[in-house]
Amino acid sequence: MLFWFNQKFLSPKAFYATSVLLLPWLVGAFTVCFSYGLIAGLFIAPADYQQGDGFRIMYVHVPSALTAMMIYFVMAFSGILTLVFRLKIAAICMTCSARIGAWFTFLALVTGSIWGKPMWGTWWIWDARLTSVLILFFLYLGFIALQSVIVNPETRDRAGALIAIVGVINLPIIHYSVIWWNTLHQGPSITRFAAPAIAPEMLYPLLAMIAAFFLFYGVILILRMQNQILLREIKKT
Amino acid sequence: MISALFSMMHHEIQLTRRQAFAWLTPLLFFVMVVCLFPLTVGPDDALLHKMAPGIIWVAALLAIIISLSNLFRQDAEEGYLDLLLLSPYPLTLLVLCKITSHWILYCFPLIFITPLLGLSLHLPAHEIGILMLTLLLGTPVLILLGAIGAALLVGIRGHGLLLPVLIMPLYIPVLIFGTNAAVAASLHQSINSQFAILGALLLLNLGFAPLFTGIALRMGVNQ
Repeated sequence: MLFWFNQKFLSPKAFYATSVLLLPWLVGAFTVCFSYGLIAGLFIAPADYQQGDGFRIMYVHVPSALTAMMIYFVMAFSGILTLVFRLKIAAICMTCSARIGAWFTFLALVTGSIWGKPMWGTWWIWDARLTSVLILFFLYLGFIALQSVIVNPETRDRAGALIAIVGVINLPIIHYSVIWWNTLHQGPSITRFAAPAIAPEMLYPLLAMIAAFFLFYGVILILRMQNQILLREIKKT
Repeated sequence: MISALFSMMHHEIQLTRRQAFAWLTPLLFFVMVVCLFPLTVGPDDALLHKMAPGIIWVAALLAIIISLSNLFRQDAEEGYLDLLLLSPYPLTLLVLCKITSHWILYCFPLIFITPLLGLSLHLPAHEIGILMLTLLLGTPVLILLGAIGAALLVGIRGHGLLLPVLIMPLYIPVLIFGTNAAVAASLHQSINSQFAILGALLLLNLGFAPLFTGIALRMGVNQ
């Protein structure tokens, strides 16, 4: 059953054919979400009463941080599929996700830093969330570095899968230990914006931008996976 | 089976004990790194006292990472690793034996020299005791997690700094709770929670790290 399913839908060849059909729809959905989110977020949403127009960087910062985290979970899940079921397509998905995830993490760090300069008066603060995103960035880079030194493709996939799984087991522990460390060292500080109820005019563009970032990840992932499938086929023949 | 595991540990310890500088080098490294701090931040008593748990933990972490590159490399070169993989005993337990003997050989000396270093950094006696206890609970976690990385990199030539880059992010929780217990002890606060979490981390890693190390070792050999 699983083998049949694998042959029918999950072999690199079948995936390639499906992804060619899927790609225009993803690009279309991305364009709609992104243009709505960008226009509504930058022009229509009212300025924040505390932060003025500065808060609008949120429409890039929050989606990139969320996407960065989601991609790591996608990688770990593909890692499990790689290690347990030896699914080729999962390994390709994992390898291709890593660099995209690293870039989104980098984007989250940079936009967070740019946001922090006017709001906190400093480029960097050892805030719990910033620190955990930084550690996530290191995890991504470690994964990429490991895969870059292994020559054999199958070992590369399996080694990457293992380190992704180990990372995802440790990620919650790291996250909560950093929060614990932060509350002990800093106490309640200005780093938490009091935003219990975000206004709907601000919220909807944010949701649209989050959807747009996820879709963007999907588009780039499919393009990269198509390249990777072709590359592996070339090497085989 | 138990006797086989014990004889394996005995063999490991004898082997390393006979070549003194194998286990002395990480210890020397540990002491030297700690000595660098008073020389760079200045010999201020209060500052050193405040930084001491962090300094000792970071130095121990670096020494352990250095020692980890020896964990499987020599065995792989000599073919001993292939014998382990072929042996009828479960690989997870054999790996656990290797990790335990590595911990005894490389971490015990670090823990025993800590009082001396603590005194040189002006730590009072009871804080040194707490720090040693955190090291006792925390260093096995470092070795267990590091073993996964060392096993993944066993077949790769000249990986150099890749091992630290790969595993250091995973060390952060141990470092946070280990140093924090010592800081809390200096403020005469309760340190139960820190020890409980360190213990939990140790149990968690005892559960999954040897298994993953075994999987990684099989991969490296197939390469």
